[in-house]
Amino acid sequence: MTRAFHGSSAEPLLEVRDLNAWYAESHALHGVSLSVDRGETITLVGRNGVGKTTTLRAIIGLIRKRTGTIRFDGKDMMGVPLHGAARAGIGFVPEERGIFATLTVDENLVLPPVVAEGGMSLDEIFTLFPNLKERRNSQGTRLSGGEQQMLAMARMLRTGVKLLLLDEPTEGLAPVIVQRIGEVLAELKKRGMTILLVEQNFRFASRIADRFYLIDRGRVTSQFPVAELASRMDEMHEVLGV
Amino acid sequence: MAEATQTRTSASGARLQWVLVAIGIAALIAAPFVIYPIFVMKMLCFALFACAFNLLIGYTGLLSFGHATFFGGAAYFCAHAVKVWGWPPEAGILLGALGAAVLGAIIGFFAIRRQGIYFAMITLALSQMFFFFCLQVPFTHGEDGIQGVPRGHLFGVLDLNNALTMYFTVLAIFLIGVFAVWRIVNSPFGMILRSIRENENRAISLGYSVAYYKLAAFVMSAALAGLAGAVKAIVFQFATLTDVTWQMSGEVILMTLLGGIGTMVGPIVGAGLVVGLENTLATSGFPVTIATGLIFMICVLVFRRGIVGEILARLPGAKNSNS
Amino acid sequence: MTMVFGIPIQALLGQLLVGLINGSFYAMLSLGLAIIFGLLRVINFAHGAQYMLGAFAGYLMLAWFGIGYWPALILAPLVVAVVGIVVERFALSRLYDLDPLYGLLFTFGLALVIEGVFRYYYGVSGNPYPVPALLAGGENLGFMFLPIYRGWVVVASLIVCLTTWLVIERTKLGSYLRAATENPRLVQAFGINVPLLLTLTYGLGSGLAGLAGILAAPVYQVSPLMGSNLIIVVFAVVVVGGMGSILGAIVTGYLLGLVEGLTKVFYPEASSIVIFVVMAIVLLLRPAGLFGKDA
Repeated sequence: MTRAFHGSSAEPLLEVRDLNAWYAESHALHGVSLSVDRGETITLVGRNGVGKTTTLRAIIGLIRKRTGTIRFDGKDMMGVPLHGAARAGIGFVPEERGIFATLTVDENLVLPPVVAEGGMSLDEIFTLFPNLKERRNSQGTRLSGGEQQMLAMARMLRTGVKLLLLDEPTEGLAPVIVQRIGEVLAELKKRGMTILLVEQNFRFASRIADRFYLIDRGRVTSQFPVAELASRMDEMHEVLGV
Repeated sequence: MAEATQTRTSASGARLQWVLVAIGIAALIAAPFVIYPIFVMKMLCFALFACAFNLLIGYTGLLSFGHATFFGGAAYFCAHAVKVWGWPPEAGILLGALGAAVLGAIIGFFAIRRQGIYFAMITLALSQMFFFFCLQVPFTHGEDGIQGVPRGHLFGVLDLNNALTMYFTVLAIFLIGVFAVWRIVNSPFGMILRSIRENENRAISLGYSVAYYKLAAFVMSAALAGLAGAVKAIVFQFATLTDVTWQMSGEVILMTLLGGIGTMVGPIVGAGLVVGLENTLATSGFPVTIATGLIFMICVLVFRRGIVGEILARLPGAKNSNS
Repeated sequence: MTMVFGIPIQALLGQLLVGLINGSFYAMLSLGLAIIFGLLRVINFAHGAQYMLGAFAGYLMLAWFGIGYWPALILAPLVVAVVGIVVERFALSRLYDLDPLYGLLFTFGLALVIEGVFRYYYGVSGNPYPVPALLAGGENLGFMFLPIYRGWVVVASLIVCLTTWLVIERTKLGSYLRAATENPRLVQAFGINVPLLLTLTYGLGSGLAGLAGILAAPVYQVSPLMGSNLIIVVFAVVVVGGMGSILGAIVTGYLLGLVEGLTKVFYPEASSIVIFVVMAIVLLLRPAGLFGKDA
């Protein structure tokens, strides 16, 4: 019975069942279920305010008022404290990027503790993001928006996390930067990183995603592999309201 | 501190409230025939002080850590006017309240420049400055304070040296003061104060000049605290440094917190309990500061609504809201 | 005799030294307050009581166990830090989700209890604490007489303040602290045990107050109320400096100590209120404080 073995490859890396979450009194997620296999890239698609970011924040544990099941790498995550999620191997890149103004680029980069072997070395990271190397000693928030996004991703790659939660990495960035981020994600995918991506720009997402989950009003309305994207465009447009 | 506050909105609750108010007033009228009047008068002075303080924290959301300045300052003004200038008591009390209002305008002018925790620290620092001022200027007589203030005759006719006359004078002033707080809170002005407490930025965006409203509330609260302090000076016939210390500012916070921040009756109940407790402890040898400190810690940890707040929250049909 | 503005230079320098010593304590205490406030959003009203606790810890170690100044210089702050850690774990940590004013009120109650207990057992009078032999006596600098211990206080406080500042600005642990001050939830989501960091930070801040206390013991007398009035002055210092900056808290502490010393020379009546006056002026001109960031 391979299912019984924790961390066996047959089991999805992340499995979310019937996830409900609340912001103060407002009920934001109404039973989200999804699963992410090892090495897979999943994209959550939906309009603003339907619960995509909330899903990520509930998985990492930033939202504590939540019910349901979250299993990651064979472990139950519901009782784990907020700092336990990263230690279990979940890396989070928030929508607002979360670069610290009082830390240098270097300090921002090495802030998240290494949680497992297999993370990138600083050299590898600087090869992937040469801009960051030049600005190592700058104040974190002095970087451009694109550089801040790179930094927010880069600092997670050092830590050896197995799953990356990426919230709108291309938002507000110039096409050339978006392109660069796409390349970086493709490279991460090649290295076997599992990625759960929230992305409005599904043209961008379609280049790297293996599967899509459509989210509406705090629920998953459907899911399909990237191969079905062409035949599902109408549905996509409807969900996105475009 | 909005969450410690409830507003009750049921009609039967309102009727119940009026019945309770009537019972309360009746009890206060009967009190001096049962309990030592001077003790009840002390409670009433502090209760009015706490109600004045609550106007600020409970309904405007500003924690002043310097209200002793207005309470003790007014006591000095009143005592000086009555004793040295020979003013009648009503004029001395009025001067005390006015002086406290002026002090409130000055301290408020500086304090409203910052919010929250800074507001508390600034009021504390400025009131400490006032304490040192009182320690040094001659008219307060330093450590001795102003002693032997004559009670005199109210309006030239009512002899306040009579314990019951004094008592009912204090009770009347107390009721007027509490009524004033109630009127302010339930006026359109009070509504604006509450909206500032709930969300200052929203109040600003609605076009209210928040600074003006905060200062006005601060001055009113200071004047009423001064009223309480001035009356206390007449009752006890002295004014001392004790009433301008930061410990006194802490005490009025405790009374309000214990009774229930943002409730009408809470500060009165709190003041009664704290004064009663201090009276009991004074004869037991157990240090008062330890007791008050412990109550502070317990209230903050497990009892943030205060006694009256908890009761209101548990009443059947009571609707808790943050409006 | 040399005169400056009609004041003998000896008197001027003497008061400046007194100011510098007071400033040393203001700096250490406002530094601790700023660190605690930065991370915990708690104004630690018990800071003055913890300062007193440090002095008493040293005094009692000597009286009960014969432990002298130098070991006490390490042990007393540790005792205070441990007390702080216990308080944070069991009480303060329950208040973080509430309005920061509750933290202020809780620590106010705590200060009353600590001071009340010591007042109950030791009264209000001061207890002398001997200057350690190594630092006894004084040095004639030609223009003034400098008691060596007072010189030591200034040096020690400078070392403490600069070390603390360097740890926060230049080390990995310091970067955790700075990041958590900006966004504690995100730092915790990165896998850093922020609740533990908060506990240790409160311990560190309390320990700094305790260290200031044991340093102060030979200068001032050890008394239960030694911290209660001081803390309010330090609050004013913190308002003047602006709570956002560690360096700002340190610099403002020394500066206001000197201002106070100068006032004692030129207008002694105002020396007890000058810091509050400075605070009022700063509030008029720069409400966020000299080093404050928010407008």
